[in-house]
Amino acid sequence: MLPFDFDYYRPQSLSEAVELYQYVAQQGKKPMFFSGGTELITLGRIDLAHADAVIDIKGIAEGRVMEMDGEYLVLGSTLSLTNIEEANPFPLLTKTSSEIADHTARGKITVGGNICGQIFYREAVLPFLLSDSQVVLVGPKGVKTAFIHDVFNQELQLEKGEFLVQLATERRFVEAPSISIKRRQQWDTGYPLITIAALKIDREIRVAISGLCPFPFRSREVEEVLNRQGVTGEARVERALTVLPRPILNDIEGSTEYRLFVLKNLFIDVLRSLDGMTV
Amino acid sequence: MSLHTFPLNVNGDKRMVTARFADTLLFVLRGRLGLTGAKPGCLNGDCGACSVNVDGWPMKSCLMLAVEAIGKEVTTIEGLKDTPIQKAFVENFAFQCGYCTPGFIMNCHALIKQHPDAGDDTIKEWLESNICRCTGYAEIEKAVKSVLEKK
Repeated sequence: MLPFDFDYYRPQSLSEAVELYQYVAQQGKKPMFFSGGTELITLGRIDLAHADAVIDIKGIAEGRVMEMDGEYLVLGSTLSLTNIEEANPFPLLTKTSSEIADHTARGKITVGGNICGQIFYREAVLPFLLSDSQVVLVGPKGVKTAFIHDVFNQELQLEKGEFLVQLATERRFVEAPSISIKRRQQWDTGYPLITIAALKIDREIRVAISGLCPFPFRSREVEEVLNRQGVTGEARVERALTVLPRPILNDIEGSTEYRLFVLKNLFIDVLRSLDGMTV
Repeated sequence: MSLHTFPLNVNGDKRMVTARFADTLLFVLRGRLGLTGAKPGCLNGDCGACSVNVDGWPMKSCLMLAVEAIGKEVTTIEGLKDTPIQKAFVENFAFQCGYCTPGFIMNCHALIKQHPDAGDDTIKEWLESNICRCTGYAEIEKAVKSVLEKK
């Protein structure tokens, strides 16, 4: 039950959505783009999110795309995680997103909503960071295409009135060997401790991590160490733990020390799976 | 408070409802349409007690605004009539207090329709969305498997 009222709009085109946002903002009200909407509904209930006008972008055709366009897999931002899992066009994305929330909730949560969410895990972004994907954004200045690394720094850097429309990923990344592991404090459900996604391309391993820091990231420094030649797997893993971004989370899900212990073992799992490391 | 009147397709009927745009589907089903089968539990998308089907897929009705359901087919537990999964729940004693039962049945019903050949992994993945505080999971598993095996 949301303790505040809002206006609700369901635009049918990108331009209509952008104009609605500006129209609402010009009236001094707070608009919000709404995809799966689970964050507004759950956080709004406890006064951690608010909007005067909800602009539901699920009716826009561009956001529903799921197709190979030449050498690129194009995924619309308003596809639900279940839509993507059932069609399975990107196995690493399927594996990573299939660990988010629970199956029924994933029928509501969208890939774009997860990437742009307030909750810091944002695990759906990991496969796109690993595969140097491109993102399509739309806003008051029109449609913009950018490499994800240029617009995603801890979170998607959206300008006011902008929203994510599509993600495009090269086929060679979609088909590359990959692994995704989610470790929780206990059992198979609940919030993650750490999620790691990894992919091997051009004989190099790439890793992206969620739940270690208060933001998801891919670290070139970590990858450089993990791929170093002539060094044992164990030594690479130990070294990788020293070049992580900061801060390391220290919360009820796990202390900093415990997260680093879990991460060390996840690195070993990744090297075993993708690099033939034996321990 | 700003109220709006809009149509919803619920259990095969077109129903006009008057609600706030901020009202969840759960609230409108129960408070406006008198369909109290979907149960309020956590109201946070965690417990699954409020599960319904939307266009044949399970949906936690506390995680959906009623206005989002315009143009979609909503099925609640009241819309199921003598389905195999309802019979299987009775035959397998797949409930104790019964509070989670409508949500479980709606999730199982969608699973059977969408994946009639579901194996253990798929069953587990889908049913993790619902919590039974009486821990009647073994009987619920038996019930859903009895229907899947018949198919």
